Parts: sequence; structure tokens; C-alpha cells
Amino acid sequence: MKTDDLIELLAKDLVPWRFRSILAGAVAGGIIIAAILFFAGIGFRPDIAEAVESNRFLFKFVVTVALAVTALWVTLSVGRPGGSLAHRGLALAIAPALLAGAAVVELLVLPESQWMPHLVGHNARFCLTLIPLLSIGPLACLLAALREGAPSSPGLAGAVAGLAASGIAATFYAANCTDDSALFVITWYPIAILIVTTAGYLIGRKLLRW
Amino acid sequence: MTTSSQENNWAVWMRAAMTGDAGAYRQFLVSVAPHVRAVARSRCRSLGAPEGEVEDIVQEVLLTLHLKRGTWDRSRPIGPWVAAITRNKLIDILRQRGRHITVPIEDFMDSLQAEDLTPELSSRDIDTLLGHLKPQQKEVVRSISLNGSSIRETAERLQMTEVAVRVTLHRALKALAVFYRSSARED
Repeated sequence: MKTDDLIELLAKDLVPWRFRSILAGAVAGGIIIAAILFFAGIGFRPDIAEAVESNRFLFKFVVTVALAVTALWVTLSVGRPGGSLAHRGLALAIAPALLAGAAVVELLVLPESQWMPHLVGHNARFCLTLIPLLSIGPLACLLAALREGAPSSPGLAGAVAGLAASGIAATFYAANCTDDSALFVITWYPIAILIVTTAGYLIGRKLLRW
Repeated sequence: MTTSSQENNWAVWMRAAMTGDAGAYRQFLVSVAPHVRAVARSRCRSLGAPEGEVEDIVQEVLLTLHLKRGTWDRSRPIGPWVAAITRNKLIDILRQRGRHITVPIEDFMDSLQAEDLTPELSSRDIDTLLGHLKPQQKEVVRSISLNGSSIRETAERLQMTEVAVRVTLHRALKALAVFYRSSARED
């Protein structure tokens, strides 16, 4: 086949599309799937009306939304050819830094005898299962979008997508969970997030090669 | 032509292409092809791969640039984007052929000065390629690439809607990309 003939074909197949729009669609799709699962399966915690008055409860969302937003922003970068963490990777430190700060404050305001009960909480098992479960939809949507992209490091792109998906999932889960202490969040959420991120890495390495 | 003015042209053509300007897009592809060819040739030469593979690689890279064109961020320079795709594809192709290599990105940027204008023929025969497509895809590809028909003419002759021709063409190109990859693996 002549290269000129191929170029002729390519020039006729000109439907404009942008990676950014595809990723935005995937985020919307992922949020909808997670929301359906959330409202059908677990829903808000019973005392939601009082909870929204509590700073501890609200701060969980600051952390989870920060994780979702920063990881999505980095996904947009690592999903492109030549993209690496060097470009935007530092943003991923924002959510952990916020959470670490809150944990320090918690250690200062709580009497020492309260540390362990707050850290252990009551819902660790739900946290470790529900966050990965709620992540499945968003992760699937993000990986599908990344297949249209061209990540230079497929594993890395999958892992960052896993972070973003768990950020979305954790935001929903946090509205159900009655453990609001930063000590609980910093102990259990990262384990759940690590599970999803590892899954994203492993799937990405296979699925996102191009 | 200097590197920067060349890149500027590519960026201008690609921006126009993103708004549906097929002529500008064709210019972009025609202008990029010699650079990809120069990199592919120098790689094949240094690895002792047959010259005949060069054009296969060029076509596979062009096809990939096409299928991934939406990943160019218009706020960033286009040269490194083209280079990253070319490099990724070269590594992939040559790895599939059992050669362990690295392709430094500088190779591509250097080639921006070293244009290679020889148009070449891929070792893949058009009939073999078409053999991997569905009958309707085959008709559309033949009509557009070999007869040089437009989408509208093709639609009229094959009694399809223009949208259907576009969709068929797009699927055919994706199928070709898959075939390029798998055939490289068999070599």
C-alpha cells in the first residue's frame, strides 16, 4: 500500500474529538454509576442532618474531593503521549497533606485515651469493601477513556485512574460512614485506595498499551 | 525549513484539522511522513532491520497519529507530541520483532532538520490489507484510497448514507491498526 493512499484515507476520516472531552464524559459516567450504587445499596448515614453541622464530617469531603480532582487532573496529563508525573504529579500530594494535617490536629485535641477508639472506629470492614466496590464503575469508565488516549506509561496511567476512581468512591462512602475522625480516615481509607490503585495499575499495564 | 517554522505549520494545520479541515490535515500528514520515515530508516539501519520494513513502520505511525490525534493538547507544542507517539510506536514495533532497543527522543527532533522525501511503498500489499476487512469496509477503503473518491461520491455509489460511509471508514482504519500490530508480531 502506498503511504499517499493511506494519507488519503486518514484525511477523509476527520471527526474532531478531544481526549479531554472523552475523559470528562468518563468522569460523569463514573459518578452516575457510583451514585446509583450508593443510593440503591447504602445511602446516607441515618443522622445525616446533624452530621452536616460537624466539621469532622465535612472535612472528610475536603480530602476525598481533593483526591478525586487532583488525580483526574493528573490523569489528563499521564493519558497523553510523553506524559509523566514530572508534569503534574506534585498535585497528588495535596489530599494526603490535608489529611495528615487534620490527623495532627485530631491528636492534639483528643485525649490520648481516645486515640485508639477513634482510629479503630466501627466501620473499618465496610470502608475496606465499599470503597473498592464503589470504585469499580468509575475505574471502568476512566480506563475506557484512557484507551482512547495514548499513555506513555500504561501502568502509571492505570494507577492514577485508580486513585481518581477511589477519590470518587470515597466521597460517596464518606457520606455513609459514621466514623468521622481523621485518625480513622488516615488509617483505613488509604488501604482501600491502595487496593483500587493497584488494580488500576495491573489492568492499565495490560489494557492501555497502544 | 527550520524546526520551529516546521512545527508551527504542523500546529496550524492540526488546529484547522480539529475543526474539520481535511485539506489542512492532509498537509499535516504529508509533512510529518518524511520525518517519521527518516527516524524509522535510521533505526532500521542501525539495528540491521530490512529497508523494506521502513514504510510499514511509517504507515503504522501515521495511523497511530491519526487515531490518537485527540490527545494533542493545543496549548502545548506539537513537535514533542509527534515525537512521543513516533518513539512509542517504534519501540513497540521493534520490540515485537524481538529487538531490544531504546529510541532517544532526540532522534526525532534531529530528524526535523533531516527531511527524507522519497515516497515509498509498504511491503504490505493493498489486497492483503483489504483481505482483513469486512466486505463493506473493503469497498469504502478501495473507493476512497485507490479511486480517490470523496465521502459523498462513495456514499452515492455504494448507496449508503454519508454518515455510514464515515463510520465504516473509521472502523476500517481501527481494524487496520489492529492488523498492523498483529502482523508485526508474527514476523
